Amino acid sequence: MVLIFAETQKGKFKKAAYELAYYGYQTAQALGTECAALVLGTAEGAEELGKYGASKVYHVTDTALDTFDSQAYTKVIAAAAEKAGANVVIVGHTSTGKSLLGRLAVRMNAGSVPAVNAIPTVEGGTFKVRKPVFSGKAFADYEVKSENKVLSLMGNSLQPQEVGEPASVEALDVEVPAAQVTVKEVKRMEGRTPLPEAELVVSAGRGMKGPENWGIIEELAETMGATTACSRPVADADWRPHHEHVGQTGVAIRPNLYFAIGISGAIQHLAGVNSSKTIVVINKDPEAPFFKAADYGVVGDLFDVVPRLNEAMKKFKAEN
Amino acid sequence: MKLLVCVSKTPETTAKIAFTEGNTQFDTSGVQFIMNPYDEWYALVRALELKEANGGSVTLINVGPAANDTVIRKGLAIGADEAVRVDTEPSSALFVAKQIAAYAKKEAFDVVFLGKETIDYNGSEVGAMVAELLDVPFISYASHMEMDGDTATVTRDIEGGNEVVEVKAPFVVSAAKGLAEQRIPNMRGIMMAKRKPLKVEPAVEAEDLSVAVHYELPPEKGDVKLVDPENMDELVRLLHEEAKAI
Ligand SMILES: Cc1cc2nc3c(=O)[nH]c(=O)nc-3n(C[C@H](O)[C@H](O)[C@H](O)COP(=O)(O)OP(=O)(O)OC[C@H]3O[C@@H](n4cnc5c(N)ncnc54)[C@H](O)[C@@H]3O)c2cc1C
Repeated sequence: MVLIFAETQKGKFKKAAYELAYYGYQTAQALGTECAALVLGTAEGAEELGKYGASKVYHVTDTALDTFDSQAYTKVIAAAAEKAGANVVIVGHTSTGKSLLGRLAVRMNAGSVPAVNAIPTVEGGTFKVRKPVFSGKAFADYEVKSENKVLSLMGNSLQPQEVGEPASVEALDVEVPAAQVTVKEVKRMEGRTPLPEAELVVSAGRGMKGPENWGIIEELAETMGATTACSRPVADADWRPHHEHVGQTGVAIRPNLYFAIGISGAIQHLAGVNSSKTIVVINKDPEAPFFKAADYGVVGDLFDVVPRLNEAMKKFKAEN
Repeated sequence: MKLLVCVSKTPETTAKIAFTEGNTQFDTSGVQFIMNPYDEWYALVRALELKEANGGSVTLINVGPAANDTVIRKGLAIGADEAVRVDTEPSSALFVAKQIAAYAKKEAFDVVFLGKETIDYNGSEVGAMVAELLDVPFISYASHMEMDGDTATVTRDIEGGNEVVEVKAPFVVSAAKGLAEQRIPNMRGIMMAKRKPLKVEPAVEAEDLSVAVHYELPPEKGDVKLVDPENMDELVRLLHEEAKAI
């Protein structure tokens, strides 16, 4: 049995949870077994996970689980896996999942593979799964040798598809240990999709000349419903907040569409963004290295091109 | 406070990534190695700042062969008091975590620091493993951290925001951007580092349960399609009809 841990935010599931359910379903198919989902704390609509491939949902309803403590969560997930008879546990490669994967590996004596982005293969009893390495500059296939296995799934790795009916939700009785970490405050920006989950990203660099010029980037992002990002020097100079910094030493992302505006395309920047499905580069320098990594390029002054692009996007949105 | 900082050795960020032995080994020929930036810039520097403010000691730990000593000496030059190297090949995350946890347990550290991930294998799992092996709390992606006695208040990055948590030592914390500012070692630091203790410890028994067996480079991008800067309707059309991205 495969068990996925479906995260909620304020009691609601996000797309990442459906992605994970669908990935768990595909993994279970490869192993010739079924996929169940585990839900912790307050959660609405857990049965929906069934549509994306969870044959059953286990729910530990204790509201102590509404705040995150990796130690307590690990004990609960490992106990649930045992009760469900699961030897493969999959979490999201999120801030929560990253705090859990290594702990689960130790607790379950399981081989772990973090940040996987493809369905595992099972050939002649050998379990292999692929992940990006060297900050997106290569891929590695990992072999997991142990009976128990734990994986974390990189966001935007596959498009969830409906494969079934809503699942039955069964309350699961496992002991919830007292948390050793006290959560004092949770601050999230409302509105925009956070960068790691964003499908559309508008990113800008030092070519913007100064923070006062970001209006055109914000407007384009607004029109497209995209999330904004930036290069490292821009964040270092405090033109933009640190959480927007993408690249090898910032957030690694793989959106459907990445706009790089006034960014030269240094190797460390490319490392964090080159798995994006489509890359558009806007730069006045035709020799900018980013053009080599781009699908579409516009050679021109961003201060002319971006407002024009915004108008074209608006027209497109109005017509579609 | 006894502070332990885990440092790992990674290829320099502009290193050419290639593989040998039928794509089963990373090709290290001509590759320059550095201290993993998250370990150096944030984890180590914040540990040093806390020691400077509250007293105590900062110990570095690395799991690897003697060739790693240059990276360790750099950490000593930046300001750590002493270092240990567990003398073995770091063959998997779990193997490395078991080495670190064995040493940390023996020496009873108050806080174990490490970077949020390494820039080569991007696993982000050693911290959580060490914490579970020591049965202590783990705070990942710390971008701010204060200590008052044995209680820490830590801000950790989460998707689209952050979370402020309180935790008592001992615990493990992984460092993200914002936790500290990079320090460049000065001449005095480099001279002093030569005389600081660098202990070599034997490895403890541990198994690899998952290992990388094959590598591949991503497919080459085709040529870029250039669009007339005057004609952004055309770009939007291509993104919609050809790339199906909007
Ligand atoms: C260890 C290490 C880690 C690093 N990690 C990262 C990382 O994670 N992320 C990251 O981004 N960088 C990282 N860097 C920095 C990286 O090497 C580059 O310095 C950085 O990405 C450059 O940012 P930029 O492209 O915004 O600026 P620049 O390189 O200055 O490029 C600005 C671009 O804007 C163009 N431009 C200027 N004016 C206009 C205009 N009017 N219209 C159109 N185009 C214009 C220019 O032609 C140029 O191509 C790292 C460096 C090191 C050493």
